[in-house]
Amino acid sequence: MLIIRGLHASIGEKEILRGIDLEVKAGEIHAVMGPNGSGKSTLAQVLAGHPAYEVTEGTVTYDGRNLLEMDPEFRAQEGIFLAFQYPIEIPGVTNAYFLRSAYNEIRKAKGLEELDPLEFLDLMEERTKVVEMDQAMMNRSVNTGFSGGEKKRNEILQMAVLEPRLAILDETDSGLDIDALKIVSRGVNALRRPDNATIVVTHYQRLLKYILPDFVHVLANGRIVKSGGKELALELEEKGYDWIPGAAA
Amino acid sequence: MDTLPKGLKTAGHEAIDEAPTPVAAYRRDFNLLRDNGRALDPPWLKRQRAAAMDVFESAGFPSMKDEDWHFTNVAPIGGKHFPLSDSSANVHPDALARFTFGESWHTFVFVNGRWTSQGSSGLPDGVTVEALSLALAAGNSAPENRLGTAAVAGQSAFTALNSAFAEDGALIRIAAETAIDVPIHLVFLSDASSYGRVSHPRNLIVAERNSSCTIIESYGSVGGESYFTNAVSEVFLADGARLSHYKLQDESRSAFHVGTIAVEQQRNSRYESFSFATGAELSRTNVYTTLAGDAAEAVLNGLYMVDGKQHVDHQTRIEHVAPNCPSHELYKGILDGRSHGVFNGKVYVHPEAQKTDGKQSNNNLLLSDEARVDTKPQLEIFADDVKCTHGATVGRLDETALFYMRSRGVGMTQARRLLTYAFAADVLEKIELEPLRNALEAQVLERFTA
Repeated sequence: MLIIRGLHASIGEKEILRGIDLEVKAGEIHAVMGPNGSGKSTLAQVLAGHPAYEVTEGTVTYDGRNLLEMDPEFRAQEGIFLAFQYPIEIPGVTNAYFLRSAYNEIRKAKGLEELDPLEFLDLMEERTKVVEMDQAMMNRSVNTGFSGGEKKRNEILQMAVLEPRLAILDETDSGLDIDALKIVSRGVNALRRPDNATIVVTHYQRLLKYILPDFVHVLANGRIVKSGGKELALELEEKGYDWIPGAAA
Repeated sequence: MDTLPKGLKTAGHEAIDEAPTPVAAYRRDFNLLRDNGRALDPPWLKRQRAAAMDVFESAGFPSMKDEDWHFTNVAPIGGKHFPLSDSSANVHPDALARFTFGESWHTFVFVNGRWTSQGSSGLPDGVTVEALSLALAAGNSAPENRLGTAAVAGQSAFTALNSAFAEDGALIRIAAETAIDVPIHLVFLSDASSYGRVSHPRNLIVAERNSSCTIIESYGSVGGESYFTNAVSEVFLADGARLSHYKLQDESRSAFHVGTIAVEQQRNSRYESFSFATGAELSRTNVYTTLAGDAAEAVLNGLYMVDGKQHVDHQTRIEHVAPNCPSHELYKGILDGRSHGVFNGKVYVHPEAQKTDGKQSNNNLLLSDEARVDTKPQLEIFADDVKCTHGATVGRLDETALFYMRSRGVGMTQARRLLTYAFAADVLEKIELEPLRNALEAQVLERFTA
């Protein structure tokens, strides 16, 4: 589904990704772990198409197509979803209106008919249950005045509605208490299907107790320095990152 | 001196053009009217007009050296002479629908500054709406004590010019203890015959004790292009009176608009104003209120939304004369293209106005690199026990928010549109009249759709 080869990316003059190689197949969950400043979030943002990052070298193919040539909205319409580490507040636009706009844009791109507000309301009633979210949140401005946990749950709700093929969760566990963490994880697991894939970017192992990865990669200084199965996450939890060659600060 | 538009170069207008300056041409227009028409003007009005003309003649049009006009160059208006619009016509209901939003409000239509409606049938008891021209001709005494006392000719050349020439407008009276639920809508339209001409609408609104009412003033064009509207509305709120007053300026993109609303508020009265300005090549809206009675409240809000080469200027002035008065003001601006926005908000707190609670903000969103805003909130406080804040911002669309929306599949155009709408949402929410709020929200969403 996703093939990353020799990916280099910079912000301004600063190079952050220095040659990433990664392959993700349908049905897989990959965890990307690593110390702060290793480039995890940059990788997530580059995959979603954040315009502040410049790709200087390498290729990313998604379903056989050049992902790097696609605008962010087109990537989303093609099934890529980034759950933000810091979800953005948009005062003045309700959650319901925003999500319906996004949902219908994606439907249009697929050649499907748009849902009217009432039909969309039915869909929302069903999907808000996945993340145990109060319907009333839908009439509030996007993320505005939401607690940290509410924002993260809102990201997973968006994911549940937009049904991406490749979901990238950027530090979705940060700032969550254990109950919120469970709800978010349950949501992610409920959305898992054989034809979609997930990349979980995280600093801590604790999220991986609830979302079991097939592969774990350690990112350090802009490169993947070690890959392994889910047991690697436990080893990192125990020993930290310093024992891995190339991961030392 | 600029010449008149080609279509108007008839012999008669050539003669008018021979006056050495535009101001001299207005003086001659005035003298002709004084000597030939205006026979029905009562003596007090004749005196008032003559005094106003004198003021205008000696002051002339303001220049950018004038503090109140520092960021607005009125040369496109003052550099040429606009003869009075002298034709009137009825407007087809289909053409009117655009301005009435399909609402069955009490609607009164003026074309080229002249009353064309049938009168105030259907209004509840205690409410009258009449043509000012007819009221004056009939010797109605209400205007005599009020006209020119809130909007004083000596304070502005444009008000002076209006006072010298105004012939028509709405005279509205809401009797004491009367509440009217259905809004009164005054629609001022200019048609094709207004080309190169001026109209001076003059409204007088008297809300008596504990009355309550909603009045909308709409200014627009039905085939009019380059014309000048110079409107003045005076509002008098007695003790406990409440008025929601909306002004919608949607003039032709080649038109000029100067509009002054001057309000006097007595004890416990509440004046809520909203200025929505989207039209005209050059526009200036003044909203002035004097809080003359204890615990009177003023709420002044507005949204201006321009693009191309439009210039939009708002000046507000709140005079806190009496104590215990709250005043709240929020103006927002959305500017695209090479447009230029100006906001000047003044709050004066007089020495007796203790316990004043004043809050004023002006926020602007620039959608292009060439758009420009000059904003100047001003506070002058001469009392010692007051709570007053003010602030202004100028910003651009949040790039992070744009990316967030795009990452959810929302295209760039729609994302910009939604964020622009979101910027305006809080000030639009302050419009209490729901059908109007919905209509203006739709206009904001549609305005910047490429």
